[in-house]
Amino acid sequence: MANLGVTPSQTVGPFFSIGLTWPDGADIVPENESDRITIHGSVIDGAGAPIPDAVVEFWQADAQGRYPHPDDPRGGETTFRGFGRCGTDDVGQYAIHTVKPGPVPGLNGAMQAPHIAVSVFARGLLARLCTRLYFPEEEAANAADPVLSSLPEGAASDTLIAAKSEDGYRFDIHLQGEHETVFFAV
Amino acid sequence: MTDTQWQQSESGLVVPGYRRDNAAVDPPLDWAAYRSTEFRHPTHSLVEFPHTLTEVTGPVLGEGRLKELDYDLTRQHAGEPIGQRINLHGRVLDGDGRPIPDTLVEIWQANAAGRYAHRVDNWPAPLDPNFTGVGRCVTDSEGRWRFVTIMPGAYPWGNHHNAWRPRHIHFSLFGRAFAQRLVTQMYFPGDPLFSEDPIFNSVRDERARDRMISAFDWDTTEDSWALGFRWDIVLRGREETLFEEPHE
Repeated sequence: MANLGVTPSQTVGPFFSIGLTWPDGADIVPENESDRITIHGSVIDGAGAPIPDAVVEFWQADAQGRYPHPDDPRGGETTFRGFGRCGTDDVGQYAIHTVKPGPVPGLNGAMQAPHIAVSVFARGLLARLCTRLYFPEEEAANAADPVLSSLPEGAASDTLIAAKSEDGYRFDIHLQGEHETVFFAV
Repeated sequence: MTDTQWQQSESGLVVPGYRRDNAAVDPPLDWAAYRSTEFRHPTHSLVEFPHTLTEVTGPVLGEGRLKELDYDLTRQHAGEPIGQRINLHGRVLDGDGRPIPDTLVEIWQANAAGRYAHRVDNWPAPLDPNFTGVGRCVTDSEGRWRFVTIMPGAYPWGNHHNAWRPRHIHFSLFGRAFAQRLVTQMYFPGDPLFSEDPIFNSVRDERARDRMISAFDWDTTEDSWALGFRWDIVLRGREETLFEEPHE
């Protein structure tokens, strides 16, 4: 079979918000959904400055750990969108409204702790950055999570754990610097 | 490969991952020639792990998200935008040449004068009241997409003295998996600004750079109406499944 070269990545640039904004982009679930939570945070650069021209995207399973996708045979049972996006505001903040995902099957019979796959795009980022958001109250599941437990020695795994907040969770993303978030080569 | 590409073996869930051949062509995150990367590139190595169900699934968007004229950027306002009308088309494929059907394609671009309809873009070029510069469509069963728009202008961007971006259109692709997500830019053939553009040249492999350049296309050039350009987008292909029968 043909092996075609992939198309390379380029930055979203500073003006992506005209093209990547949807009215309901940040609402993975509607306002009236029970168990709706808000996950908010800041995107911060290596000088400690908030980044006002980043966009954060979430991809996640529903509360039962099912992905709305044909490769998840359980996914036909969910109408969940699973995807949300939010551009950062003038002070570098984003907020996405969703429900907490359930645990998801991992490889070789393992289970993955509840998590959200996070993408970050920005001016000054020539390719997408990927990270994962985990939940602070899932201590046992996090300890057994195959991705969290395979991080290299010294990796700042705490940067992948959101903090509880009044209406959900806070998850700051540091692209660089002392608190640099762990990013993945997906 | 099975239809579901998903199997439950005795040892649990097995999912073929996506090839990581993007790593060889994607730009480095630390690229001094593009000054904004200075404080925005991570300094630690990116951590690799085997793809799980999370990475091999991804948002299936499009249905219900599109309005009738989202693909035609020349018919979204009361009047026609100023500029050279162009028909743009191509396919979304994976690295094995398989078309990716029913996947959302999002684009945004500057107007013919090189200015974006964005509050932060305020260089002294005219805005066009008849051009927003935003389009969306969903690929058909053969992975084909199509837009009608106008040729974007080049614009200055302050990265260095006399810095001008080559004409380009931003593209956002989802494919069918989180691992295939791609945001890139499509360029036009023969642009004299290529050689001095640090963003274009952040892709260090020349053949890979060429894959970002559309081709002039007589087949979709319309008499007395519009020029045509064609561009195929290639997203990552899938690793072979462990369950494929050996070829006899």
